[in-house]
Formats: sequence, C-alpha cells, structure tokens
Amino acid sequence: MTLNGKAYIVGAYEHPTRRADDISVARLHAEVAKGALEDAGLSKSDIDGYFCAGDAPGLGATSMVEYLGLNVRHVDTTECGGSAPILHVAHAAEAIAAGRCNIALVTLAGRPRAAGASLVLKAPDPDAPDLPFELPFGPATQNLYAMVARRHMHEFGTTSEQLAWIKVAASQHAQHNPHAMLRNPVTVEEVVNSPMISDPLHRLDCCVMSDGGGAVIVARPEIAAQLRRPAVKVMGAGEAQKDGQAGQIDLTYSAAAWSGPAAFEMAGVTPGDIKYASLYDSFTITVLIQLEDLGFCIKGEGGRFVADGNLISGHGRLPFNTDGGGLCNNHPANRGGMTKIIEAVRQLRGEAASAVQVPNCDLAIASGIGGALASRHTAGTIILGRE
Amino acid sequence: MADVKKARPEPKPPQMDVEAFWTAAEREELLIKECQDCGEPHFYPRMVCPHCLSDRVEWKAVSGRGEIYSYSTLMRKGQPGHTIAFVRLEEGVTLMSNIVDADPQGLSIGQPVRAVFRKLKEDGPTLPLFIPV
Ligand SMILES: [Zn+2]
Repeated sequence: MTLNGKAYIVGAYEHPTRRADDISVARLHAEVAKGALEDAGLSKSDIDGYFCAGDAPGLGATSMVEYLGLNVRHVDTTECGGSAPILHVAHAAEAIAAGRCNIALVTLAGRPRAAGASLVLKAPDPDAPDLPFELPFGPATQNLYAMVARRHMHEFGTTSEQLAWIKVAASQHAQHNPHAMLRNPVTVEEVVNSPMISDPLHRLDCCVMSDGGGAVIVARPEIAAQLRRPAVKVMGAGEAQKDGQAGQIDLTYSAAAWSGPAAFEMAGVTPGDIKYASLYDSFTITVLIQLEDLGFCIKGEGGRFVADGNLISGHGRLPFNTDGGGLCNNHPANRGGMTKIIEAVRQLRGEAASAVQVPNCDLAIASGIGGALASRHTAGTIILGRE
Repeated sequence: MADVKKARPEPKPPQMDVEAFWTAAEREELLIKECQDCGEPHFYPRMVCPHCLSDRVEWKAVSGRGEIYSYSTLMRKGQPGHTIAFVRLEEGVTLMSNIVDADPQGLSIGQPVRAVFRKLKEDGPTLPLFIPV
C-alpha cells in the first residue's frame, strides 16, 4: 500500500527552551503537544492516535496518554533512538490509511542537559547479546561515528575540511534562529582547529546537547483540508536497519541506502527534485553518509558535494537544516528526528527564517539515523510536499 | 553532544551462551562461531546462526591475526585515551576491540595486528586486545 497522499502534517511545534532546569520530561511532552495542537487549530479531544519513543517517561505511551488525558484508539511506541519520530510520521500515515485513527499526535522531549546527563548508558540490559562484546572496550558514541569518518577518508579521500563545511553551513543558518544554542557562524579553519574529540572528529563536528523537544500532528486528508494551516503532504516513507551484519562490517554506507530509495519510489520523485533537506546531524559525518546514501551524490563524492557552501541556503544547490540543525540549534533528548521534521514543515509552509527560506519550496526530505552509525542503527526517511 | 563523557559501564560477562568465549580468552585463545550447516562464520557469537538460523553453530579457535578496519582514539583532557578499533580477522569476521601498546598517531587502516589477552580492570574479564605486528 502506498502512503502517498494518505496523510498530512497539520501541526508542528518546537519547544523554545534549550535548558529545562525546572521543567520535567512529562511536562515538556505536554507543552510540545499543546503547542502543536494550537498550531494546527485542533483540541486535545480531537486526538485519537498517539506516538512516542524511548524518551517518553515511565511506561512510554501508556504513561503519557494518562498524563495528557488523551482518549486514543491507536498507540505506537516504536523505539529506534533519534530517528523514531520520522518512523512515527510514516506509521501514523499507515494507521490513518488503515482507518485506525484520524488525527495522530507525535511527541519527543527530554532534558539531558539540565539533568547533567552524560552519554553514558544506563546499566546495560544484562540480557543484551551484543553489548558484552563491545562495552568492555569502552566505545563512546563519538568513537562510533569517528570510525565511519576514518574509513570514509581512507576509501574516498574525504578530508576534515570537507566535513567542516557541513558545520559551517549549519552555523550560517543558525545565526538567523534566535533559539539556536550556537548562533555564531564558524569557518572551516575554526572547525578543524577545534579540539580533537575522537579522531578524526573535532569538537565542532559534534552536535549540541540540549533540552526541549517538539511535536507534530498527522491527520487524514479530509481533516487537513478543513484546517487553517498550510497542509504538508506525506508523499513517501522508508525505514531500514543496518548493524554488525554477523561480522561482515562495512562502514561506507548506512541504512539510509535502503530507507531513502524506498521513500523516493513511493513519492514518485528523485533526489534532484528535492528543494530542501533535513538531514540527521549528530555529527558532520552523519550528514555526509546520508547525502550519498539518499542519492544526492554518488558514493564517495559526499566530501566534494558539501564543500564550498553547497548546503547553505541561498548559496548552494541543496539547502539543509536551515534551523541550524543538531549541529548548532537543538538536539533535544539527544534525539534529532523531531526537529528534522519540524524544519521541513516550516520550509514547505514558507515559514522558515526569511534569510534561509528556500523560494517556492514545494518538496522536502527529512531523514534520520537512530542508534549508532558504526554498530546498529535504524534509518527513517520521509518525503514531504506542499499542495 | 558537545562533551566527551566517560566510557559506558560494562556488562558482566560471561553470559551462559558465551561463557566458552571468556574462558578461552583466559587461556589466550580467541573463539568465533561457525555454522555446521551453511558453513558461514559469525561474530558476535550466538546460539543460532544469523545466516541460516541453524542451531548447529560450533566454536572455532582462530589465529588472532587480522588487520585494522577502522579506529579512533578518544581524547581525554587533551590527551589520547584508549583506541577503539574494528579488527577484521583473517577468518573473515570483524570485531570491536582496543589497539594497545602503540602510538595512536602511528596507526593506519589495513595495518596488521594480532590478539593479546589482558584484563583492563582487576576484577574485569580477560579481553582480546590487539597490537601491531
Ligand atoms: Zn548457518
């Protein structure tokens, strides 16, 4: 079953906070839910489907449905890390197409920064079959992206300067976002001269750590047509997992190599048609790998593609993450998927910051990588269009 | 994710399915699993073959020789910390480990390495680590 045209994003809201010292995780989820409902012109009682992932407190949807006082007939707690909201939008479209709900709420929120949280995992699941063969060696999240960058450099001649252009582009956009954590434009030199974190990745190759969150509302086409906001059509969706592959590890590509083509095929468009791209940017290498895997350039050409400001709105050929992305704006709950969707919605509505708004933006992509790039991760890709 | 944080907590091997792996490491032997039905090796070790779901998976001692597939050294307070690597074994599977007894600046992808067996913590398991040959 194609999902093309079966559902629309009718509401979107990004929490303005980046440090939630006095706001609980449950309250953050509620505040973003309220913001998205107000944006859509809907009320709480209109919601009959709810979607959340592992960032939701307590027993996930079960706890949040009670906290919000929802009355839903469909819930989905698909958990795959930061890409989860992108899968949720696709799953909401499926549920709507199947008649399981009419108006679905998707929330993401967290406060790792205020909580002083590190990237340290909680006590690992003693039954996890994979972790005993990894955690004793002390891999940090940064290592698991740096090893992909190192292999890419080895195979294709990619340079630190090329990766730095991704941060430069994000910072050029972030200067126009009053809520962004890092608002000062940076240069290639500043990125490659920032302290080494996990070689070959520097501090400025990494995303910010922030609190906050966001929400979107997905609705049936007939309902979207009655609402006041510009409707954003879900045109295509794909999801895929890539992992250790039984020991046949190949770090030169990600699961987006499968989720991307599936989404494009469903939408009936090609990468060359895309006017704006929201690409998961936990690290600069995450963006570069996705650009290749989604088909914006051939494998190995990502470094040359991003160089010379090619991702800067108004300057290059593929404007990306015009809110500043996770690299400069916001990476709430250590999960970047929701903010990717929200900025794509802003672009398609013509509501991005004026300095970075893509003219006549009628086709956008939002793609994410949840988990860890070098070990196991789930990619989600959606293609969105303006009517 | 602006700050480097401490490494993740360790689980406590051995687990029942893979106890043989850890006891072999104590006698300085590296084991992988190989399927008696489809013939394919796999890592990390499981009780069913991830290629064909056969339960006829047997431990196989390997040479411990391989090459660096990729690596990265985590910096701590401006100084190089431990080096994480994926090592591709001669027998065809790749595993995560540390490269030790080497200047991180001198490492390269494709560099030959061999396994050594050490505890990183007094009360921790004996681990297969790798050194350049
Ligand atoms: Zn088999």
